[in-house]
Amino acid sequence: MRSAREALTASSRAPLLSALGVITIAFSLFAFGLFGLVAINIRKALDQVEERVEVRAFLSDSTDIESVAAAMKDVGEFPEVNRVDYVSKEQALERARREMGEFADVFEAGVLPASIEVHLRAGQRSPAAVKSVADRIKTYHFVDDVRYGEEWVEKLYRMRNIATVSGIALGIAFATVAVIIIGATIRMTVLARAKEISIMRLVGATDMFIRLPFLIDGLVKGVLGGLLALLFVWIANRVVNEYFIQTIFFNRELIFLGVVGGALMGVLGSLVSVGRHLRRV
Amino acid sequence: MIRLTEVEKEYPRSGVALAHINFQVRKGEFVYLTGPSGSGKTTILKLLYLDDRPTRGEVWINGVSSKTASSGDISRLRRRIGIVFQDFRLLEDRSAEANIRFALEVTGAPKATIRSKVTRVLGQVGLASKATSFPREMSGGEQQRVAIARALVNDPFVLIADEPTGNLDERATRGVFQLLRDINAAGTAVIMATHDLDLVRRSNYRTIELNHGRIVFDSAESPAPARRFDEPLEIHDTPTGTESI
Repeated sequence: MRSAREALTASSRAPLLSALGVITIAFSLFAFGLFGLVAINIRKALDQVEERVEVRAFLSDSTDIESVAAAMKDVGEFPEVNRVDYVSKEQALERARREMGEFADVFEAGVLPASIEVHLRAGQRSPAAVKSVADRIKTYHFVDDVRYGEEWVEKLYRMRNIATVSGIALGIAFATVAVIIIGATIRMTVLARAKEISIMRLVGATDMFIRLPFLIDGLVKGVLGGLLALLFVWIANRVVNEYFIQTIFFNRELIFLGVVGGALMGVLGSLVSVGRHLRRV
Repeated sequence: MIRLTEVEKEYPRSGVALAHINFQVRKGEFVYLTGPSGSGKTTILKLLYLDDRPTRGEVWINGVSSKTASSGDISRLRRRIGIVFQDFRLLEDRSAEANIRFALEVTGAPKATIRSKVTRVLGQVGLASKATSFPREMSGGEQQRVAIARALVNDPFVLIADEPTGNLDERATRGVFQLLRDINAAGTAVIMATHDLDLVRRSNYRTIELNHGRIVFDSAESPAPARRFDEPLEIHDTPTGTESI
């Protein structure tokens, strides 16, 4: 309680420095937040593309419906498989006409085979997983051919890996910059109160007593900076939605995590700055 | 009460700052630490309030050893020591009263006792009428009195003063010195570093003289008058073993 009052008094003694601290933290978290927003939107786009990864098994003309139903049941029980759909010759033709309207006349005759479409679960769409499912489906004697766009799946997978690795690397870089800036901001507060700290030590204040107001100060600045950054990111998101493309915003959990992260960075920055200062004097 | 045994202090860059320091200070004693600039006076004082620790040897102060003191021990010890500096070290944005109150607040003194203690020490240093004045509104002598009041407010057993009159004119010096004598007369030990030889000569207190980090004279060991620093020096060993409180 006393430490909270002390932190408040210290802030009110140097309101400009405090405001500057909050704004600096807000901007560094804003950069991190913008990056996060881009990352979750790229991830969502990739997820949408990935949902289209499917294995299609073309059936020979003579296949009886019971065998197909039994095979579909088997395949549906593969751990990688989410859903299995049957596409009859007629449905295949209908779909081809719909998707490739300009070639509608080519599809006049019933030349397309029936097939089963196997949709995979999220996380089971790597080239290896897709190939393994395709290989197992190939073993049915009534399956003429299995296609899953091997090259396309591999490209998509590589892209996803690149996005994940660069996302993590950039995320760490942004977070590091944010921590350094927050640390430097709090260090300014510590230096501004260096004399006070030295007197506190001389008269016998404990290190914990000296640290606590700074930790509270860091926590409050972290939370306020986090909330301000959130507001900036929200505005940026609205602008992009209004004038450019449809994007998604952070969900509640991510917002909570962001603010808690800001608070943690504030506390950590304070801990490091005051700790270094106390060791030095 | 205070005992230094074979204390040495060495700094990585500047080398040996103190060597073979042996002396004790008894309860209620008044001791001058004299010597030219760089002779090690401030280093000894820092060792006394455990702002620094000896490289070799041991400092004992009020039952706390420099070898084993934890940061908690140091904090508790400093609440029983008053420390005064040449540059006063007052918080410019607070009144005299607030500066003194600060020392009590940050050590967790009970709120109910703070006001009366502050009033008492302000009266003791003759600044009852300046309670609400800010440091910039006071003379150097007055500022040093506030610093002394802050040092006294926790009822210390010893007052450590590092060149307390170094920034003061002669009149203010006399005033501050008289105040330190009064404090000592009331039972608080005073250890004062100074290079003001006139001040040392005018009084009859124990004098420990340092040169190049060594004790070259201790009037408790050989009661001779204090000399000028530029006079030839004779090294006096100061064996330990006398009774300390």
